[in-house]
Amino acid sequence: MFKTLLGQVRQYKVAALLTPVWTTAEVVMGILIPYVTASIIDKGIQAGSLPEVYKWGGIMISIACLSMLFGILAGRFAAYSSTGLAANLREAMYRNIQRFSFSDIDKFSTAGLVTRMTTDVSSIQRAFQMLLRISFRAPLNMVSALFMCFFINARLSVIFLVAMLVLTVFLTLLITRVARLYQEILKKIDALNGVVQENVSAIRVVKAYVRESHEISKFDKAALGLFTMNVKAESLMALNHPVMNLVVNACIISLSWWGAHFIVDGSLTTGQLTSLFSYVMTILSSLMMLSMIFVQLTQSAASGVRIAEVINEDPDMFNPENPLTAVPDGSIDFDHVYFSYEKGGDYALEDIDLHIRAGETVGIIGGTGSGKSTLGNLISRLYDVSEGSVRVGGHDVREYDMGVLHGEVAMVLQKSTLFSGTILDNLRWGKEDATLEECRESCRLACADEFIEGFPDGYETRIEQGGTNVSGGQRQRLCIARALLKKPKVLVLDDSTSAVDTATDARIRKAFMARIPGTTKIIISQRILSIKDADRIIVMENGRVNGFDTHENLLINNEIYRDIYQMQTSGGEGDFDET
Amino acid sequence: MPPGFEPRGGGGGPRVGATLKDLKKDSSVFRLLKFILRNYKFHFGVVLLCIVISSLTSVVSSLFTRTLIDDYILPMLSPAPTTLFGGVGAGPDYHPLAVALVKLGAVLLVGIVAGYLQSIIMVRIGQGTMLQLRQKLFKQMETLPLSYFDSRSHGDVMSVYTNDIDTLRQVIGSSIPNLFSAVVTLFATLVSMLVLSLPLTLVTIVMAFLMFRVTTRLGQISKKYFTQRQQNLGKVNGFIEEMVSGQKVVKVYCHEEKAMEQFSALNEELRSSVYNANKIGNIIMPINSNLGNFGYVLLSVVGAVIAIGQFQGWYLCGLDGAVLTLGSLVSFLTLQKNFTRPVTQISNEINSLVMASAGSDRVYAMMDEVSEVDGGAVSLVNVEASENRLVEVPERTEAWAWKSPNGSLRRLEGLVSLADVDFSYVPEKQVLYDITLTAYPGQKIAFVGGTGAGKTTITNLINRFYEIQDGTITYDGFDVREIAKDSLRRSLGIVLQETQLFSGSVLDNIRYGRLDATDEECRAAARLVYADNFIRRLPNGYDTWLSADGGNLSQGERQLLSIARAAVANPPVLILDEATSSIDTRTEKLIQKGMDSLMKGRTTFVIAHRLSTVQNADYIMVLDHGRIIERGKHGELLDLKGKYYELYTGNQIAG
Repeated sequence: MFKTLLGQVRQYKVAALLTPVWTTAEVVMGILIPYVTASIIDKGIQAGSLPEVYKWGGIMISIACLSMLFGILAGRFAAYSSTGLAANLREAMYRNIQRFSFSDIDKFSTAGLVTRMTTDVSSIQRAFQMLLRISFRAPLNMVSALFMCFFINARLSVIFLVAMLVLTVFLTLLITRVARLYQEILKKIDALNGVVQENVSAIRVVKAYVRESHEISKFDKAALGLFTMNVKAESLMALNHPVMNLVVNACIISLSWWGAHFIVDGSLTTGQLTSLFSYVMTILSSLMMLSMIFVQLTQSAASGVRIAEVINEDPDMFNPENPLTAVPDGSIDFDHVYFSYEKGGDYALEDIDLHIRAGETVGIIGGTGSGKSTLGNLISRLYDVSEGSVRVGGHDVREYDMGVLHGEVAMVLQKSTLFSGTILDNLRWGKEDATLEECRESCRLACADEFIEGFPDGYETRIEQGGTNVSGGQRQRLCIARALLKKPKVLVLDDSTSAVDTATDARIRKAFMARIPGTTKIIISQRILSIKDADRIIVMENGRVNGFDTHENLLINNEIYRDIYQMQTSGGEGDFDET
Repeated sequence: MPPGFEPRGGGGGPRVGATLKDLKKDSSVFRLLKFILRNYKFHFGVVLLCIVISSLTSVVSSLFTRTLIDDYILPMLSPAPTTLFGGVGAGPDYHPLAVALVKLGAVLLVGIVAGYLQSIIMVRIGQGTMLQLRQKLFKQMETLPLSYFDSRSHGDVMSVYTNDIDTLRQVIGSSIPNLFSAVVTLFATLVSMLVLSLPLTLVTIVMAFLMFRVTTRLGQISKKYFTQRQQNLGKVNGFIEEMVSGQKVVKVYCHEEKAMEQFSALNEELRSSVYNANKIGNIIMPINSNLGNFGYVLLSVVGAVIAIGQFQGWYLCGLDGAVLTLGSLVSFLTLQKNFTRPVTQISNEINSLVMASAGSDRVYAMMDEVSEVDGGAVSLVNVEASENRLVEVPERTEAWAWKSPNGSLRRLEGLVSLADVDFSYVPEKQVLYDITLTAYPGQKIAFVGGTGAGKTTITNLINRFYEIQDGTITYDGFDVREIAKDSLRRSLGIVLQETQLFSGSVLDNIRYGRLDATDEECRAAARLVYADNFIRRLPNGYDTWLSADGGNLSQGERQLLSIARAAVANPPVLILDEATSSIDTRTEKLIQKGMDSLMKGRTTFVIAHRLSTVQNADYIMVLDHGRIIERGKHGELLDLKGKYYELYTGNQIAG
């Protein structure tokens, strides 16, 4: 994980490496200051010499100036390299997501990916900046302050060593306990958010069943669980300051006692004693800071792992070495295809052997989970088959360049997704340089022109995120129009007219027959009316092909088809059979 | 040395520039403060006391340096080096020093205990307030009308709990106590400095003011970048959310390159604004601490000039009237550090208070939302009928009755009628016009029509998810507004279009319909609607754990579960909103019997786009653009050859 993350520092490497340099310089200056103040007191004030005071004061001002300069540089460089790393991490993740295959996308949830790219990246950014600034500063401060102490008075400095030992033992014990508690807290937070999330999205159910008080007690329980854990962890952390202060004060008292002795016997000056006092703070606070870094780093480690997962995810689908760049025609062949979503899992499709001619219209019908959509997805190689092969235009789909294949086999996915932007922007996803006339043409085919032209802004109407400002049926028609702009050889409609009323649905199909006769059309639907006019119809059942024939023949031979037909048109009212 | 030590020079996140002026507008922070004070008066009193004690001990300990040098060490030095320091030593006698150190130790110990007490109580106050706020907020949220949820995205509501409450935690847990302790320390230090020397205090105050100005000025600059940063962050978040959730479409349209390009541009904007904001956050610290160092030098020089020059004059003394001694000077130099630290701290805490106020604004905005209005007084009770008389009973029976506030009982029949109902979700966009219909007890009423025709809206009005603008809806003769909302909704079983499950076992999810249902009753309900079959095939059967998004179930299976949920509730009136839309036709045929028995004897409202579901309804209402345009039985409507005929044949009737 560290390798992956550090690998993304890239162009910010110089800045990242320079930050500790500036920090070091700043620390060195900072360490000199108490020494200089001691000189002001001892050589200047105590000696009653104003020139000495001016001299050491001047030195101190220059040191403070340098210290400020280095401090500013360190701050800027740290900000530069950590925000740079964050940007690179986001970029690397997004770049890799673009390489994801459908099964990779299924593996990571959208919400999960968003968190990884935002919250997790921020956490790493903070941790990295801290690493650059403090993880050098703290030990450096500590070591150099300790060095100065020994330089001033070695015997007194033993006090520091004892204090450090005590504090280290205490901090180690504290941190290991607190780190464990934080893991628990994170789980409790998830649980709490879970309840809120459920209530926000299922508020209608909650209200319909009058379960408000039930939900409130669920939430109260989760909140109380979080409260208890937080109190535990924070009470433990509250020990931090008193213990630190105890040690600091013990040091000061001991220093005063022995310091007084040394001053009396002449081996220490009062100025030196006061600088020792300030080194106490420096040393022990650096130690505490180190412990805080440790806590922070363990907390961001989880984020690091999650980011690395996305960056290192190897897409499981690749372009072949010498890909075919043209699809000869729209014929489709399934040769004994088996498919399962997980390796070694149950087959979602079994022994599919189908042959579809170019230009044919084929309907696919079957129950939920019978494998209709899966079958459609395999045609444009959104997933790779487990066994057997799928051929389009006579070639195995794995031989094509994926971009070319997706262009020629246009899928209209079940979930109709539009993006924020104008209608025209959305349509041009299908063909980047499509003219307005081309867009109009495909909208006419998809019967979308009628409502678009009803909008005050027509084709320039803005679509909100998620397409929430158009109805489900309108969204579906726009998605179909977008796919038609590709002028594909194969068009797969995966339940793409479910929200379109029956009459419009029929008009769309009619337009397809008349206007794009050469395109192979695969229509997946639950609605018998949508498919019954197809040249042939595939009846799916439990991942297998149960029947593949014309409407008339299936009515005679296929029990499932007959059942569905009767269910949907029942009553046998003659009127319903009309085309 | 101060016991109230704060680790500093650390990461120093970006700070927003702000002044107290900004805070006045955001009264929500003060409301929060009031809320805490009300609930934790005693706790807060103790905390204040502790802060005062620990700050005082910190001042005592910094004054100790002077005492140590002037009163103990120098007298022991014999002969005294200069007359300036007075007192002639008489051989080293360490006894007074030992006593003084023990006293100091005791004082410091008191300070430490007070400090510990303070943080322990603050944990209680902070976390306790968080708990109360969360619970209060959630309780409030549950009372909000649906229009509240309709008008904002789930993410917005969620972020109140995840982000905004968290910023409050900072305010309560650290900003407020830090601010208090900083003010107290500042005041105590100021007093001790005044005691030591007037001119040096003046110099220190000038320096501190300078530092305060620098911090706030830098803060103001960074506020600009911070706002930019938040905007860019929002843009990037929005982009990721939209594009990643549409990633499959991106893939199918080979739009990866283009998406990458757009992302890179947004990402770079974000990087540069975060860099600018963080940069300023990072440099505040070194600038301030070195300004402190400049002040130190200035004080040394001024102090030394006064001390060495032996200037006299009241204005050069401290409040104790003594002239500046070496010990005083050294003490003063320590105090100076104690003085500048709280100054920096106060300006930082004000910054973070302003930052947090945005969060508390949103929390309080949600608390201030208007709850659903109820106002109904008629309640639903179980009854037993004995010889034409209804007797209210506490246990569950199959008979229900409405109980008026005066205690009279009226049997629940299931007669629902709407008269001239108009409705709009938002003003000026009317959704329903003059809806008039009556469902007699036990009848099945079906609604059909295109998307947006208003089918679901009608059912949402019956259970008062929304309030009608005009007309009346009556239920067994009562205006629905006279019936207590809880009772009204309990009397209506609803299966919604969007199936929502809750994380929990399958059994838990079915039991959601009636919390006191036994396992066997839940299973029976599942069997009734043919959900039993697939449930038993799940890895752990009825105990299989479901996640909230029901990821492990197909849409159809989830619908079966929500029908089972309604079945176990066994309500007098049913509303089925596209309840079987995702269930495939064959399964639907199987559950038809179960559905029929579920609907038997109950008034039922059905919304469906499938003919099989609606055709045996007693009445079919055909809706179009918010009006009922045709009504009647299936056969009648077909003969009409109108919209209904058109919808279900796919035939457009000319003219």
